[in-house]
Amino acid sequence: MLSSSSGGGSKVRLIGRRMFIISAAKAVVVFGVVGRLISLQINESKKYKTLSDKNRFREWKFAPPRGTIKDYFGKEIASNKQVYQLHLIPENSENLNSLLFRLKNILQLSDKAIFKIQRKIASQKPWDPVIISDNLTWSEFSKINLFLHELQGIEPIVSVARIYHQGSSSHVIGYVSKISKRDLQTKEYLRDMRAAGMRAGKTGLENRLDSEIIGNVGHKRYEVNAFGKRIKEVSIDQGKTGKSFRTTLDLELQNLSSELLKGKAGSVCVMDIYRGDIVTMVSSPVFDPNKFVHGISSKDWKELIAHRDKPLVNKAISGLYPPGSTIKTIVAISALENDIVNTKMVQRCTGSIELYGEKFHCWKKKGHGLVDMRKAIKESCDVYFYEVARKLGIDRLSVTAREFGLGKSLVEGFFEEKRGVVPNTKWKREKIGKGWYLGETLHSGIGQGYWQTTPLQLCLMTAQIGNGGYEIKPRLVVKGKEKDFSSLEQFVEEKKKFSDDTGFITDIFENFRYKPLFKNQENINFVKEALFGATNEPGGTSYGSRLSKEFIYAGKTGTSQVRKFTQKQRELEVKNEDLPYEQRDHALFVAFAPYHDPRYSISVVVEHGGSGSKSAAPIAKKVIKKLLERHSLRENMHKEGEST
Amino acid sequence: MFKSGSIQSHLTLRDKIFALDLAMVGSIFAIGIISFFAMYSTDGGEFAYHTKSHIVRFFAFFILFFIVSFVRINFWYNSAIFIYLGILILLILVKYFGLTSSGSQRWLGLYFINLQPSELMKVGLILFLAKYYHRISSGDVNKIRYLLQPIIALLIPVILVITQPDLGTSFLIAFGGVVVVWLAGVQMKFFAYLGGLFLISAPIAISFLKDYQKSRILTFLDPSRDPLGAGYQITQSKIAIGSGGLLGKGFLNGSQSYLDYLPEKHTDFIFTLFSEEFGFLGSMFILFLYVVITWRVVNIGHAVRSSFGKLYCYSFATAFFVYVAVNMGMVLGLIPIVGAPLPIMSYGGSSMMSIMLGLGIVMSCGIHKEQPIG
Repeated sequence: MLSSSSGGGSKVRLIGRRMFIISAAKAVVVFGVVGRLISLQINESKKYKTLSDKNRFREWKFAPPRGTIKDYFGKEIASNKQVYQLHLIPENSENLNSLLFRLKNILQLSDKAIFKIQRKIASQKPWDPVIISDNLTWSEFSKINLFLHELQGIEPIVSVARIYHQGSSSHVIGYVSKISKRDLQTKEYLRDMRAAGMRAGKTGLENRLDSEIIGNVGHKRYEVNAFGKRIKEVSIDQGKTGKSFRTTLDLELQNLSSELLKGKAGSVCVMDIYRGDIVTMVSSPVFDPNKFVHGISSKDWKELIAHRDKPLVNKAISGLYPPGSTIKTIVAISALENDIVNTKMVQRCTGSIELYGEKFHCWKKKGHGLVDMRKAIKESCDVYFYEVARKLGIDRLSVTAREFGLGKSLVEGFFEEKRGVVPNTKWKREKIGKGWYLGETLHSGIGQGYWQTTPLQLCLMTAQIGNGGYEIKPRLVVKGKEKDFSSLEQFVEEKKKFSDDTGFITDIFENFRYKPLFKNQENINFVKEALFGATNEPGGTSYGSRLSKEFIYAGKTGTSQVRKFTQKQRELEVKNEDLPYEQRDHALFVAFAPYHDPRYSISVVVEHGGSGSKSAAPIAKKVIKKLLERHSLRENMHKEGEST
Repeated sequence: MFKSGSIQSHLTLRDKIFALDLAMVGSIFAIGIISFFAMYSTDGGEFAYHTKSHIVRFFAFFILFFIVSFVRINFWYNSAIFIYLGILILLILVKYFGLTSSGSQRWLGLYFINLQPSELMKVGLILFLAKYYHRISSGDVNKIRYLLQPIIALLIPVILVITQPDLGTSFLIAFGGVVVVWLAGVQMKFFAYLGGLFLISAPIAISFLKDYQKSRILTFLDPSRDPLGAGYQITQSKIAIGSGGLLGKGFLNGSQSYLDYLPEKHTDFIFTLFSEEFGFLGSMFILFLYVVITWRVVNIGHAVRSSFGKLYCYSFATAFFVYVAVNMGMVLGLIPIVGAPLPIMSYGGSSMMSIMLGLGIVMSCGIHKEQPIG
């Protein structure tokens, strides 16, 4: 042909020759494939037919036991108990309806429960087990075992489920319950964990630690025949028990606090003022978290929801209260730090003061007479603090309050925690859309008005006053080795070394920093000493709840108004106890203990409890006594934790 | 034929239709029809998404096949370089804009189809190299200077595809290219060198493999290593085919596939499903149809006068045959699972397009076999 085939004859011949080789290779491959088909489909067909009929792998997933939650001393707060469960595998039963009918009679199931089971069966594969009951009593379990030969498709199973030993920690620990659709959306790790009987943490630490505490799902793989009967177990993975956690809580104190709050609505928080360890976090009334584990009945649920005192709310971190007179510590510190007033400032209290055409009352109708700052804190004189607040101004006060922990969320991963409100002019403009009135500064100076704080925030505030004005971070979970000063003495030594240094006091173990919140520590110490007076000198607001010797502590009472007294009520001298429950004041008390060489801070709130000195301080007194008695135990535990 | 010997530059449409290879067209059509039933079965006996989509694609690309066939072979010869470069650009675009699915970035999202350019490259590379060797004289074939260009043309797409990562397709692309080079008469010693190079570079290539690919190869060497992991697919596929027996379990009765024991049953394992339901005889029939297509393509290559046409047809026939052999070998447990579709049968638009385009150019060679090239 043309140019391309000039040497083309040989080229075409070469191509043809090589193609012949390839064709021969192809023939070999075709014979190979045909040979394989013959071997599989004709020679070994019988073997593969049996395999196909019998050799179907099926997998059953099962829930792992959750890790336990312990208190600081290793006592279990949440652990697992053995439960008797009843599983139904639909494809194993010959007649599903008659089986359900039998079960209904044996276990006294309601029509509604049966309907739910039927719907569940319809929604999943016929070999996936349906849980008929996940918490059979022993008598039910033995009854089922008696009839087992007639109940094809039923499997009694011994499993484990969550148990909470005491109600006192129900809020901080939280509870687990069945995995909801919402859980699957928010917690990605749950998507691969859909095993029968799986539970997820809903509130508190159970929710926060969920991804680690939940463990790894186990599975069993079986070979089953065409009728779904298990022929042999192929593989089994026991799963992995979830990680266990040790908390900073002291179960004894939890129980005591809960006991003291019995019949009341309120909370008790205790914190280590150096390490930030939350020793106690109790909310009252408590609820039984065990009820949620196997699905709470609608009757119980309605009861909890309708309860006047809102048992499901963790009041320690979700309850918002005006701080009342407990804020006076911060007002004093803020005014001193900003050099607005000095401790010598004197003010005459006649029981009320008129400013801006409004009358501002002191809680003491007769008035305190001439008061200086120490006396004003000790006896909680409102008129004095109206004057200090007026001079200080709300914006400077709000800065100090924030520094000391108010208006912030404190515990990570608790969706239920509220941040509260630290009011200032900017906040009011943005949130309420109105300008700030000077009168509101005065109300704010005694902790009324827009303030919203949680008991834990008040506890932290007091802790940071008690430790001499250093910032600490609250924590609930002990994680491995504690990076901390091994003793308080060491901390004090370190503190001395840096006391004239305005910079950070850096921990020798790194990443643990104590940041001073003050400019002049004298101001903090002055307030601490005034609080000593409030508890330990006649005339002090919590004198009636003082302790002696090594238990001496310093505290501040507070009363937060639920509603403003009307002029009429004031004239009639209406007593708090005579008001309807919902209108009574909240009683507050904060303290640090012991006064000499302080280690702990406490906040007690009794909702509608009247005055802080009458109902909150006596509770704090008993908790502090127990707390200090147990201090050496806690220190020993701490040292142990350090060494292991 | 009736004007044999003379230059047929004026074939009418009627002439072209009469010049079609009916055995080949019939086999393609038969496989297409069979694939509809197989797809219907993977959809669980419902006329659902995969089935509908597969039918539409088959007819669309079957029409493409005819259009490509009727275009003069000179056009394909002339545009070979542009086709190759065009696909190469698409492959590079995939690197930057490609869609990722199960850890591999292979697709370009066009709004009507997710295009997999690596499939098209299977044909593009053969076309390009066939033209290249058509143009150089047989004396030059073994000169190093003339070996460089084909090697580069082969390596660039192979590397692009291997890093997607897509081991199966890159192997099939490379295979097609090597076949053209071999047919063009490159001496054995160069292939020996290539083999040596491959052995040296294998450890580097292995480092590019994803864990699941490594495990597939290891599992192939020892299937009992992990009976429920990667070996699961081979085991289940063998059980499905073996249990099909001589006559099969019957249409829609493939219990292995129905109970979801077969992985990727509408793509790579479609032959398994068909084989389970239609047994040894059905499998042989499918194999027969593929052999017929291969034979007809070789036959057309034999009849074409230009060395471009011969090189293209012979190479494509070989590549096509290898696609079939690799897929069947894989599902029969003869070679590792590499992820290669069965031509026409497997679900997947790009693969179908590539095969129909490739066969269309073969048909164009056949229709215009007497036309001079260049």
